[in-house]
Amino acid sequence: MGRPWVDATIAWLMRITTYAIVAVVAYIIFDIVVGGLPAISWEFVFGFPRRSGAEGGILPAIVGTLCLVLGTIAVALPLGMATAIYLSEYARRGRFTGMVRSAIVTLAGVPSIVFGLFGLGLFVLFLDMGASILAGSLTLACMVLPTIIVASEEAIQAVPQSLREGSLALGATKWETIRTNVLPYSIPGMLTGSILGIGRAAGETAPILLTVAAFYLPRLPRSVFDQVMALPYHLYVLATQHPEAEAVRPMQYGTALVLLLLVLGLSLAAILLRGRLRRKYRW
Amino acid sequence: MVEGQQYEDPGRPKVEAESVDFWYGPTQALFDVSMSVPARRVTALIGPSGCGKSTFLRTLNRMNDVIEGTRLAGRILIDGEDVYRAGTNVVALRKRVGMVFQKSNPFPKTIFENVAYGPRIHGTRNRAELIEIVEQSLIRAALWEEVKDRLDASAMGLSGGQQQRLCIARALAVDPEIILMDEPASALDPRSTARIEDLIDQLRVDYTIIIVTHNMQQAARVSDFTAFFFEGRLIEFGPTKQLFTTPTVKQTEDYITGRFG
Ligand SMILES: Nc1ncnc2c1ncn2[C@@H]1O[C@H](COP(=O)(O)OP(=O)(O)OP(=O)(O)O)[C@@H](O)[C@H]1O
Ligand SMILES: [Mg+2]
Repeated sequence: MGRPWVDATIAWLMRITTYAIVAVVAYIIFDIVVGGLPAISWEFVFGFPRRSGAEGGILPAIVGTLCLVLGTIAVALPLGMATAIYLSEYARRGRFTGMVRSAIVTLAGVPSIVFGLFGLGLFVLFLDMGASILAGSLTLACMVLPTIIVASEEAIQAVPQSLREGSLALGATKWETIRTNVLPYSIPGMLTGSILGIGRAAGETAPILLTVAAFYLPRLPRSVFDQVMALPYHLYVLATQHPEAEAVRPMQYGTALVLLLLVLGLSLAAILLRGRLRRKYRW
Repeated sequence: MVEGQQYEDPGRPKVEAESVDFWYGPTQALFDVSMSVPARRVTALIGPSGCGKSTFLRTLNRMNDVIEGTRLAGRILIDGEDVYRAGTNVVALRKRVGMVFQKSNPFPKTIFENVAYGPRIHGTRNRAELIEIVEQSLIRAALWEEVKDRLDASAMGLSGGQQQRLCIARALAVDPEIILMDEPASALDPRSTARIEDLIDQLRVDYTIIIVTHNMQQAARVSDFTAFFFEGRLIEFGPTKQLFTTPTVKQTEDYITGRFG
């Protein structure tokens, strides 16, 4: 049944789709870099906006997004890791864990604007946090939890069972075993997956729209109860809500570039971290 | 093996199994196993694949507890104490009953950390004391000369045979009374196997050793007593010499003469 041309055609189709994807990514990055670079200056990055963002810099939006990222990490990372550890090391396989898992998968499929509404209802209004870094971080945390849990579970399950048994057989308790012979080897994977997820969240507009993001607030936050500007929302405002949308095009591109660099920076940090930790533990 | 040694009075049995039944979920893997393992002797468990040797071995340090849905009936006594009695301290039990696995499983840490792991979790903090324990354990496991200059190197860089001896050293470091070995040499080349067998020969003086092996010659070489398992039952148990020369049960004879299994 040798029909080599079928094989060759399939290989070519795959190759073309791969190239197409790379081309799209390259074009997006190229477009943003070319459009954004002229706008980048010391003042743009470290200055405050003037005339509702038409002039000046975007420092408050950068700081706002950084605050949200840190807040999300602080909330979601411990929660997600703890859940993953519980699910993969402690929970018995049964109906309850099955339900928890379906819930997590469902949560991962919920549109981000729904998280925004949920955050508005629960954190901003019901728990009376107001539009604030706290409410925004909590909302983003809910959104990235499934990613963190799934990534962490995978990392935990990648640790060979024989290591756990070796530790238990020496008289270690379950928690000692997890702490000394599961977590050290799985934390690189946990962190990478989690940070990639959080990087995505950093670029989301919908969840922060209703819970934290300020339209125009040219100052830095003083506490977690402050509203802040945020890069994705600022970009949205400049592009669609600004009276001089055409004229502020370079500001839009500049903001997009900064956001892109921030997210790529996060991913890069995750990858470097993984490389470092991986080298320490190998089996 | 010293001639005649196996017939001297072994004193009270170290491990006693009394009518042990064992289930993995709905499937029963051990049927009414009763056996007395003498102290400071090497006891070999032999039998065809799937006959329950590992299962039996793992009931002794309650490693089967780790597997969901398992159940045991009957009693396992160590020094006369039922290890499955409610309220038994499993951690203390596993400290007394060390285990070496078929596939060597050193932790991906340094050689030193591997051996120091057990003493550490059992509360030894003093560095000098740890160093002493690590050295002694490695010497007992006949590995010291090969690794003394690279204690801080990763254990994953050792050869298969060295890794297995490291695992033995790791088990010795918590000062157990009983050592369970599940086919400790099955993944090793003949030279490494010989080293492990020599090692067992030295350890028999101080420890009660129970070893699972598929290798009939190995059982004959290293053990004082042999238990033959078949389809979850203990078929025959006795002094190794006797079991290999004049087995009383037909199945045992068939197995050791290679007629099945
Ligand atoms: N985790 C498990 N879950 C369910 N059944 C198991 C499990 N482990 C072992 N068994 C079953 O129990 C029986 C005894 O297995 P065991 O591993 O004790 O045999 P063994 O004598 O050690 O075999 P081998 O020489 O191949 O290692 C087998 O039928 C096996 O399929
Ligand atoms: Mg086995």
